[in-house]
Amino acid sequence: MAMVLSDETVKTAIDTAALTRRLRLLRRRSQVKALLLVAPLMIFLVSVFVLPIGVLLTRSIDNSDVSRALPTTAAALATWNGRDVPGEPLFAALAADLKASSREDVAEVAKRLNNYESGIRSSLLKTARNIRNAQAPFQAAFIDVDARWANPERWSVFKQAMPKMTDFYLLAALDLQRSEMGQITGVTPKNAVHLDVLLRTFAVSLSVTILCVLTGYPLAALMARSKGWVANALLILVLLPFWTSLLVRTSAWVVLLQSRGVVNSGLIWLGLIDAAQPLDLIYNRIGVLIAMTHILLPFMVLPIYSVMKSIPPVYLRAASSLGAPPFSTFWRVYLPMSMPGVSAGGLLVFILALGYYITPALVGGPRDQMVSYFIAYYANQVTNWGMAAALSAILLVAVLILYAIYNRLIGIDRLRIG
Amino acid sequence: MNTALSFNRLVTLGLWVVGGGTALFLIAPIVAIVPLSFNAEPFFTYPMPGLSLRWYEEFFASDVWQLALRNSIIVAIFATILSTILGTLAAIGLSRSDCPARATLTAILISPMIVPVVVAAVGIYYAFAAVGLLNSLTGLVLAHTVLGAPFVVVTVTAALSGFDQNLMRAAASLGAQPVEAVFRIMLPLIAPGVASGALFAFVTSFDEVVVALFIAGSEERTLPRQMWSGVRETLSPTIAAVATLLIIFSTLFLATIQWLQRRAERQKLTQFE
Amino acid sequence: MGTIIRLLQTSALGLALATPALAEDTITVTSWGGAYTKSQEQAFFAPYAKETGVKILQDEWDGSTAKLKGMVETGQVTWDIVDVEPGHALQGCDEGWLDEIDYSKVGGKEAFIDGAAMDCAAATIVFGTIYAYDAEKFPNGGPTTMADLFDTEKFPGPRALRKAPKTTLEFALIADGVKPAEVYDVLGTPEGVDRAFKKLDTIKKDVKVWWTAGAQPPQLLADGEVVMTTAWNGRIYDAVKNSGKNFKIVWDGQGMDFNLWAQPKGAAHKEAADKFIAYTLTPDVMARQSQYISYGPTLKAAIEKVPADILADLPTAPDNTKTAFVVSAEFWADHDEELTERFNKWLAQ
Repeated sequence: MAMVLSDETVKTAIDTAALTRRLRLLRRRSQVKALLLVAPLMIFLVSVFVLPIGVLLTRSIDNSDVSRALPTTAAALATWNGRDVPGEPLFAALAADLKASSREDVAEVAKRLNNYESGIRSSLLKTARNIRNAQAPFQAAFIDVDARWANPERWSVFKQAMPKMTDFYLLAALDLQRSEMGQITGVTPKNAVHLDVLLRTFAVSLSVTILCVLTGYPLAALMARSKGWVANALLILVLLPFWTSLLVRTSAWVVLLQSRGVVNSGLIWLGLIDAAQPLDLIYNRIGVLIAMTHILLPFMVLPIYSVMKSIPPVYLRAASSLGAPPFSTFWRVYLPMSMPGVSAGGLLVFILALGYYITPALVGGPRDQMVSYFIAYYANQVTNWGMAAALSAILLVAVLILYAIYNRLIGIDRLRIG
Repeated sequence: MNTALSFNRLVTLGLWVVGGGTALFLIAPIVAIVPLSFNAEPFFTYPMPGLSLRWYEEFFASDVWQLALRNSIIVAIFATILSTILGTLAAIGLSRSDCPARATLTAILISPMIVPVVVAAVGIYYAFAAVGLLNSLTGLVLAHTVLGAPFVVVTVTAALSGFDQNLMRAAASLGAQPVEAVFRIMLPLIAPGVASGALFAFVTSFDEVVVALFIAGSEERTLPRQMWSGVRETLSPTIAAVATLLIIFSTLFLATIQWLQRRAERQKLTQFE
Repeated sequence: MGTIIRLLQTSALGLALATPALAEDTITVTSWGGAYTKSQEQAFFAPYAKETGVKILQDEWDGSTAKLKGMVETGQVTWDIVDVEPGHALQGCDEGWLDEIDYSKVGGKEAFIDGAAMDCAAATIVFGTIYAYDAEKFPNGGPTTMADLFDTEKFPGPRALRKAPKTTLEFALIADGVKPAEVYDVLGTPEGVDRAFKKLDTIKKDVKVWWTAGAQPPQLLADGEVVMTTAWNGRIYDAVKNSGKNFKIVWDGQGMDFNLWAQPKGAAHKEAADKFIAYTLTPDVMARQSQYISYGPTLKAAIEKVPADILADLPTAPDNTKTAFVVSAEFWADHDEELTERFNKWLAQ
């Protein structure tokens, strides 16, 4: 066993290295092939889904509109001391910018500034209308249109709005604001609405999840115990709603729950309630909870059912033959074994519920609208992209965290549908 | 023993009351809306004063509803084709034994199922406005493909997990080109998975309303969007008629899916033999 | 399989055809839906299509300007004509998303009644925002004043109000004792706005539905969902006349207003839209609309052509204007966005 390498050994070693290299190359090539297959969808998804959402989210901190439309004013503001009424140069700068900008740009600036001080929008638009035809001296011309131009506070709003980035919207999404000194404080009560909405979204989603567990678990257990056509029939009762259009189900609930709807007229016919006093079942929280539970229930039942199906009955028989009373068989054997289904279904229902929009919008009142409604409202009704983006960011972060937990606990590849 | 027996019976009874009640709750609204679509009067109450087909007539005679139906079908078909092709390719790639970063890739590809659709809709609106894809069926097709493709990825991945990769090696050793092997060996075996994915993609597009609300104009209105304004504004029994037609449609889809899944299971069994 | 392929071919064709802009002989008119759009269809759209072969596509909006502005900003304008309120017309002119009207083509500004010929929009009707109730629900006599709308003790039952600050805030102030003529003086101050919201607070829990479409109020009354609701007077008139409902209008404190044709900047079929607008702004054609809905015309020459039996139901009838106010276009052009934002926050609280 001398430590002399024979030619033979050396040759083998070289061959092994070459082989490893070749194998690695083959593996690399195979990996590239796999990636090439994934690439088309990935590229598509990134360009139509990931990037658009990313760009949207940047709007939550982007504030470049104001300084872009008012470049001369931005430069002039840099030399202003922030306390006194500014002199003619600043007024002239703003006048020049207003004359040079299109009406659309001025409107956008006015809207942006209005987020800082309510009422500045109409004042600026009115001023712009008049200043387009005005001549120097501009200070007098401005103050003539609106006396508030003589307030240093008015100009500090401009100064505040000039930086290209802002935390204004993200703070506002949590009902916070920055004071003139830069400290973070709560907004005035009449503007405090977002925190409420976020908490409400959480509360409604949690309630729906709990309702789904309470009703879905017994149904899944019943399905798992049934055999033959009964099991099939039950499965179809769960799957048919699952496959039915969301709008069909939501409009069905509107029809059922109205004051003169099927439920109320049925109760009146049975003599259980007075015809003059129908139950308020819709356009309130009750309607939202009923309809959302109905729509999300299949997402709860199906995972629990599939877990329950895989619990071997032998275990239960073993437990009871060992003398365990029936209840503790359930409590200590069946329930723990079916828990993975409950957590999978529960997480899924909760995640989906967080983003609900259509159903609460149709069966809820103004106080039942969730964060998605406000995202749509800011984007569609008042074109406040900053707020829409900030609320989107918060909702998205919450959902992605839960998604990661789901992925960890259950594994995304085990996401079952249908 | 006796107590256990009666306890068991009690449990069964309890399960039937609660579970059966829940099952009824699930199906009741769908069953209740169907007869109302035949109501002679424009109200939503039982008992109905008379029967009529006038709401169906209204649906089939109305330009607006017909335009919506046509748009929905066109968009759903194209979105299905695109998502099925892209999703199947991606699933085949993900199922290869040496696919790197599989978990991360899968998580990204499936994320449209999880991300709140309003967030996606606002982002897409913003992006499409910049490139001129608003108010176009093409834009709707692209957006619906994003939402439908993950379903194809999930179902095809599931089908491939039962697929024996040795078959591909066998085909290669018998001289088949890789593409030929895919088309002649793999695709026929995973076809039920691809088909159910395609069905999911179709239904996803056909049922989608939030993105349509944001990016579609009046000429691109889809069936769900038309229903949304119907329910929000004037709830006429035409909605019930449309709902009934859609329920028939989803029943057919459910039956097809069940049939496909049975077939896939049988195939798996024969493969193991 | 053959069928599937054929289906695919037809839909591919459909997609190819549907994507490019519509042909020149089609215009899209966006209005307020329900009975009002129907009256426009009967008076204008259908006869015009018959006479000229121009097809008119209808769309609906609820008066929130974001979508309209979005179209103009992105250059993808699919609405050729929009039926707007005066506040929109001023704001659209200021912010540059509406085209100016060329009055030389439509008989000159002097052909219109006061205030109807605005720079960026031309009025076609005068309407009133009122509140109405179901007389069956109040057998012992219904409400008669604006204050009664807010009095849930004297007149209990769920209400519906418009989900917008416009006219809702004015009504609240009038109910709180402000004279209709002074309503904008009060609303122009921060204290006045607070006062209006404070008054609204008193019935917030009794407002079961906040409506967004003009077709909703008569529907809500008919369904028994609410016992009284604010509404546009023509919608209630239509429900009474065409569905035999026993609804009553309370004219006290009504807000008179115009609806006007406006053209978004960059609309695809500007010329065809110009022609259609000119057609509707002739006295004979304009007067037709009053046969279908109780709104008054805006051309001086059209007023005498209105059917006599509808005169008492118009918002301009002397009996109906005693305590009326005219909705201020200037006020709403300046404050709509701020107040809408505050209103929606208030609703969500």
